[in-house]
Amino acid sequence: MRKLFTPENNWTFLQPLLMSMEHCARCHTCSEACHVYEESGRDPLYRPAYRSEIFRRIYHKYIINGSTFSHGDVDLNWKTVSRLIELAYRCNLCRRCAQTCPIGADNALLAREIRKVASQEMGITSKECHDDGSMLQLTVGSSTGMNALVVKDNLEFIDEDTSEKTGIKVETPWDKEGADILLLHNAGEIMAWPENPGAFAVLLNAAGLSWTLSSDIAAYDGINYGVWYDDVQFARVAILHAQAAKKLKVKKIVIGECGHAHKALTVIADKVLTGDLNIPRESAFTVLHEIVKSGRIKFDKSRNDFPVTLHDPCNVVRLMGIVRPQREIIKAIVPENRYHPMTPEGIHNYCCGGGSGFAIMSGHNFSDWRHHVAGRRKFRQILEAFQGEPMDKDHPKYVCAPCSNCKGQIRDIIKYYEAWEKAGIHYGGLVELMVNAMVDAKPGYIDWEWH
Amino acid sequence: MTLISYVVIYLALLVFAIAVIARFIMWSRLPMHLRWELYPVAHEASRAHYGGSYFEESEWWTKPREKSMVGELKAMIPEIVFLVALKEHNPKLWVRSFPFHFGLYLAAAWAVLMGIHGFLAAVAPALLAGVIGTLLKYAIVASGAAGMGLAILGAVGLLHRRLSDPELRDFTTPADIFNLLFFIAVFGLTLATFFTVDRAFSKFTFLVHNLVTFKMEALPGSGLESLLPQASLVMLSLLIAYIPLTHMSHFVGKYFAYHAIRWKDDPNLRGGKEEAVIHKLLAQPIDWAAPHIKGDGKKTWVDAATEEVKRSKKT
Repeated sequence: MRKLFTPENNWTFLQPLLMSMEHCARCHTCSEACHVYEESGRDPLYRPAYRSEIFRRIYHKYIINGSTFSHGDVDLNWKTVSRLIELAYRCNLCRRCAQTCPIGADNALLAREIRKVASQEMGITSKECHDDGSMLQLTVGSSTGMNALVVKDNLEFIDEDTSEKTGIKVETPWDKEGADILLLHNAGEIMAWPENPGAFAVLLNAAGLSWTLSSDIAAYDGINYGVWYDDVQFARVAILHAQAAKKLKVKKIVIGECGHAHKALTVIADKVLTGDLNIPRESAFTVLHEIVKSGRIKFDKSRNDFPVTLHDPCNVVRLMGIVRPQREIIKAIVPENRYHPMTPEGIHNYCCGGGSGFAIMSGHNFSDWRHHVAGRRKFRQILEAFQGEPMDKDHPKYVCAPCSNCKGQIRDIIKYYEAWEKAGIHYGGLVELMVNAMVDAKPGYIDWEWH
Repeated sequence: MTLISYVVIYLALLVFAIAVIARFIMWSRLPMHLRWELYPVAHEASRAHYGGSYFEESEWWTKPREKSMVGELKAMIPEIVFLVALKEHNPKLWVRSFPFHFGLYLAAAWAVLMGIHGFLAAVAPALLAGVIGTLLKYAIVASGAAGMGLAILGAVGLLHRRLSDPELRDFTTPADIFNLLFFIAVFGLTLATFFTVDRAFSKFTFLVHNLVTFKMEALPGSGLESLLPQASLVMLSLLIAYIPLTHMSHFVGKYFAYHAIRWKDDPNLRGGKEEAVIHKLLAQPIDWAAPHIKGDGKKTWVDAATEEVKRSKKT
């Protein structure tokens, strides 16, 4: 833990860390902002300030020898440490709590710092994030386990399938040197939601953009799980992404529908990538918005004549400030009276409950906890957004979740609560909705029965 | 007033100044960190009201950035004066915290006004004989009495909540109680002095005048009339010295929390001034011991981030 407070080992987050160690007034203003605390029935364990307070007490007592009179007391033993690490993985790192702090303390950051010291010093992490996540990506190429051959093969299949569905010949370009755009998909899309990379290919090709995917290790998978638990793993992946872009001499990297990949490569890696690795990075939402604005693709709103709501991925909205482009796109492709915003939305949204790696974690009773606690608020928001609509399978409704991780979580809660069978609630990304409204494509791109 | 009292007050003010400056230096000298902004970012001119950022522009790096100082002030001033974030997110606490903080601001204004009065008395006494002097005297009485009164009210409310709310009790340290009692005691003493022996704060003004002009003269009068103002001023100075030594120094930290973290969205552009700083930071050694890092105090961030990674057999 001492290493966390040295500028050499933790220059990456030392200032924000110290700020939150020094200035929390323990007023619990943040508690009500936390969906996990609220949906747990206000279990004190899940207060944003609880784990932070334990961490702060350990720091003050054992690291800087502060007085217990001022900072409180705690015994340092394995039980405390192990439970603290466990608790750090009961926070979505959505930073909604930080948004409400009157002083500027950030308890979500402390949860991440606890994960970090556990990973970087003790080698204790979530298996899904580390062994089956960033390590797999760094060694094989993707956390999905796909190597370059397999991913190309899958994309070929997706191209064929998309061509058949849309009636538009689709070909995904690979390793095209000198392309304008290197597109980074979350490879989970390729495995679980092939219609998403398929739709991207349709749109980018139809808009006449010069783009490519890379088959280099880690570069065909835009994920960067390090952003949730480990700065070294984070930097390793970010550098591989930038190196692939440099090798292909692209003008910019565009990040597909993956929230944490957005924040990782665009915001956090900003102070890691320098020189010829400092290649401009942009969200797919702004690229897609430009396509819509340009009129290069014609959309027919009436093809999306069903209720649509929009989920805001925290990483894209609260942590990057990309709020309007996705809304402008929806305005252009969904009839006005069919769009039902969630409450609250935008930068004040609630996390889907799958943030910070939860969507890929399932050990022990974690899935149950995710459905019952972490994802419950989002599910309620979805139901509330569709209030007034007939709630049955004959009236399909679409939750637009333009983030792979969020989509995985929403898929799981929809399945768990049987929301398709009982209320006709389906989910998908933004590009699928766009292709569904594309005049030049055959109607019916969204496959309502696919879960 | 005895010499010792004057010395204590000077020392206390010195401690306050040194502690505040030291905190500013400490926060500003910390190394550049990875970006960790949180929206809304107030200087995003036309986008701040809904929390948007320059990332909403396609090819944002080719566009001029709109950075609005007015936008920052529009967010900062209501936040500092009225604690708007607390009002929005925790109104129950705000009804206690706002009077406390606003009382502190008024009490600070009271001290500053007495300082101005003391200064004018030394350099331009004629001014104090006119309207300015009268206004100053009324302002001193109003800010002092209202400030101490509000701060006590707020502090009692905060203390009551700390002690009675089970949600807060477990998170309350003895120092939290002590801090609030310290405020109540010191402001209570000052207010009692005001009501009993110094209805115009003229004795305080006299002492402050002496402090400003380094005269160190004794306060005329005897008994409580002399003792209470001196004791109040000494206690006030000790309180002032104490604040920046505790987590109540958040008035310094909050500036950095916003300007160096939450709103710090400056992009690192290729060839820009930040790249050299980043190179230095990445050249630092690490000694993180986990198997996937094996930091040895010699391996740098660059080494760790660019080395070939091998999965262990276990994985």
